Amino acid sequence: MSAHNDSARPDAEPVDLSDPKLSRFEVYKEGLRRDDIEIIHYEPRFAKPGTKAEKRMERIVGGMFLFSGLFATAFVVAYIWWPWEYEGVATWRDLQTWYTPVLGTTLGLSLLLFAVGVLTWAKKLLPIEELVQDRHDGGSSAEDRRIAEATVDGLVEDMGLKRRPFLVKAALLGAAPLGLAAVAPLGALLKDPGDMLTVTGWNAEKYNDGEPIRLMMKDGALVRPDMVSAGGQLTVFPAIDHGATNQFPTSPVLLIRLREADAATLRGNLYPMYQDVDALWGNFVGYSKICTHVGCPASLYEQQSQRLLCPCHQSQFNVVDNAAPVFGPATRHLPLLPLDVDDEGYFIATSDFLVPPGPAFWNRPSLPEEDEK
Amino acid sequence: MKRRKGTSDSLLTKAGGELDDRFKLAGPARVLLNKVFPDHWSFLLGEIALFSFILLLLSGTFLALFFEPSMVEVTYNGVYVPLQGIDMSRAYESALDISFETRGGLFMRQMHHWATLLFMAAILVHMLRIFFTGAFRAPRETNWMIGIILFWVGFFEGFFGYSLPDDGLSGTGLRIMEGMTESVPFIGPWASAALFRGQFPGTDVISMIYIIHVFIFPLILLGLIVVHVGLVFAQKHTQWPGPGRTEHNVVGFRMFPNYVMKQVGFMLFIWGVIGAMAGLFQINPIWLFGPYEVSVVSSASQPDFYVMYLDGLIRLFPAWEFRVPPYFTLPAVFWPAIAGMGLSVMLPLLYPALERRFTKDRGHHNLLQRPRDNPARTGLGMMVVVFWIVGVISGGNDVFAEKFGISLNAMTWAGRIGLVVLPIITYYVTYRICLGLQQHDREVLAHGLETGILMRDPNGRFYEVHQPLAEPDEHGHTELEYGGWVVPKKMNRVGALEPTEKGFFKSIEEPSENGGAERRDEIESGKH
Repeated sequence: MSAHNDSARPDAEPVDLSDPKLSRFEVYKEGLRRDDIEIIHYEPRFAKPGTKAEKRMERIVGGMFLFSGLFATAFVVAYIWWPWEYEGVATWRDLQTWYTPVLGTTLGLSLLLFAVGVLTWAKKLLPIEELVQDRHDGGSSAEDRRIAEATVDGLVEDMGLKRRPFLVKAALLGAAPLGLAAVAPLGALLKDPGDMLTVTGWNAEKYNDGEPIRLMMKDGALVRPDMVSAGGQLTVFPAIDHGATNQFPTSPVLLIRLREADAATLRGNLYPMYQDVDALWGNFVGYSKICTHVGCPASLYEQQSQRLLCPCHQSQFNVVDNAAPVFGPATRHLPLLPLDVDDEGYFIATSDFLVPPGPAFWNRPSLPEEDEK
Repeated sequence: MKRRKGTSDSLLTKAGGELDDRFKLAGPARVLLNKVFPDHWSFLLGEIALFSFILLLLSGTFLALFFEPSMVEVTYNGVYVPLQGIDMSRAYESALDISFETRGGLFMRQMHHWATLLFMAAILVHMLRIFFTGAFRAPRETNWMIGIILFWVGFFEGFFGYSLPDDGLSGTGLRIMEGMTESVPFIGPWASAALFRGQFPGTDVISMIYIIHVFIFPLILLGLIVVHVGLVFAQKHTQWPGPGRTEHNVVGFRMFPNYVMKQVGFMLFIWGVIGAMAGLFQINPIWLFGPYEVSVVSSASQPDFYVMYLDGLIRLFPAWEFRVPPYFTLPAVFWPAIAGMGLSVMLPLLYPALERRFTKDRGHHNLLQRPRDNPARTGLGMMVVVFWIVGVISGGNDVFAEKFGISLNAMTWAGRIGLVVLPIITYYVTYRICLGLQQHDREVLAHGLETGILMRDPNGRFYEVHQPLAEPDEHGHTELEYGGWVVPKKMNRVGALEPTEKGFFKSIEEPSENGGAERRDEIESGKH
């Protein structure tokens, strides 16, 4: 910016700074001139210094600063001495419930008062001024450009970038793998997704030595048919180690005991692949709880309309029709978990889901039956 | 009195001299102190984001002292009774400890969250101001693009931030992000496995997004903000047209003391508002959500507002899955989530270049345009605004459906139709309103102000008396050129009537003691 000093406004004459008779304002104006600034308007806010109005404004601003300090002190005092420890259920009479509001009020008021004080100082006490400065928009002067060009050309010449094409190419060829080497360590983040998207905790071969996996509740209790009443539902997990934790995110299943008529409807509607494995047990059906849209739990069961609703994006699935999507952004049904009951009367899964549960991915294996709907 | 003043003067001079000896400051300091800034309230919107960001750094540092980004499973034994004995991650436990067992911790958490919301909201409003006034035009396209990148880095910084506590709501957000990531053709499953070190949710994602949230992204934001503000400084701020204002000058007041004092005051004001909100208004009560479990979710699960429009698009997009069995599947969510986000990044980034291309306007512009003077741009901008609003409302369509007793499916369909139809209507309506406003400006310039005085001529015809703004020709017309700025529309604006009373409780129009009231009006009239 100081490069603009020599291009001073034509209408203003430079001032001889060695003149001892110059006033402070004249010296100051010379500074403005050198920065291409012109004063359009400048007047003190109060023509007569020390009037009542001015004093009053000073008192107001000063008062704001002092009160700001008072509230800041109150904040510090409250922060240290106001009872703050959580003591369970409390009413508004208990002081500790007011801890955070007191902090907010004191700190907020302190900052706001100081802010308004500074702003009032600027708007009511500073001189009224309007100045105009040259913008010097656009590029540098032609001279500067020419000099820069010559400098860069010289640089290119010195390095011989044009004369030594081999060096340039070799440098580029060398630098490209170096750049690759710089980001290659990020490869440590890569991990083969393997079967994580297709195999769930219901896979007996992988998690239970080939023995059918039982159904359990969150607390580990195994599930028997008499634990669910008609029209009722239960969230169940594979009865394996950590089966109910986030380690098996695609395994949760919503076990629904349908009413007689609904179960009959569902049997009539079953996709061939589910008929083949006899996926229902009695009136019980188990649907993957993981929405086939983006994976939220589709867990709101509406008994009246026999729909499952995913609260994240409102996909709706028809319980009596393979949990096929009937509304919203989901495109695939919630996979059925083929059910049976073992000799001891506990529910088991006869196999893993027949199609991968959860959101889709580009190479998701799908059975032809899935495309029928 | 006099002696003390002399001493302080010479002390300042001495200190200045010592500094200048070492750092050669006199020249650059003068340039800085005298730099002229144009003044308008709308130039301060970006500052709200800047000041919120400073507060975010401060409150975030406090939180980082107490938060543990670990997904190790622990059993909660803290003071909050409803969660006692429940298994959760250490991250969630430490977030609860910040809320319940750290002095002022809840206050800081809420301050951090409110400041984030204000940061993102201020960026959006600031962006609208820049767009509708054409401030992004040459030579400032670079800074516009930096601003867009700032928004998107802030978007993910905020998303990762509210994902850190590992509560029920934030886990649901991460789950949706995982589903979106999986949908990308060919790399989806690998990208998801890299993000979560294997299967979602895994045990590493919190520590990974933690380092992004507290180090990588803040560093990028800080760097970009410095460049952003630095460019505004170096390229000099745009200004509204007005008397004496040209493309080649800046009219306003000096950086010191006027501008800096107003900035400091404004900064403290923003901080005061956020501080008061942090204490008085609850936000993100994570203890109510419980730890994240893949099988648990509640209705009314909404992301923060700046993510909501994307969530809305995901809700509205129809179930269109492209499948070539058994080789290839393109999930429906790819379109709104990945393609939609990509467009939301690229279109604004490229807009200045597109406008240059279509208008063939390659000149530099330092004077702003009123939105009405560029109806096509204003219309396009309003289209995006309406599209965004429909998206945001649809992001909460379950809440709207419940609170207003509307069918959820009707809300979805209204969103689907609205998303397509409303922007088109908006463009047309905006365009017509702009033309109407332009025409009214021209009318006043040609015929004068409407005085509200009705006259009846001897034939019985009623007509309104117009007050011309200049000496009219023989047809009663004035040849005034439109200056790109407010045309007075009321008599008191031109001093023909008493000014309307200003002031809330009592009039502030009374002359001040230096009799400067009239002159002050005259000065301010150029600015507003």
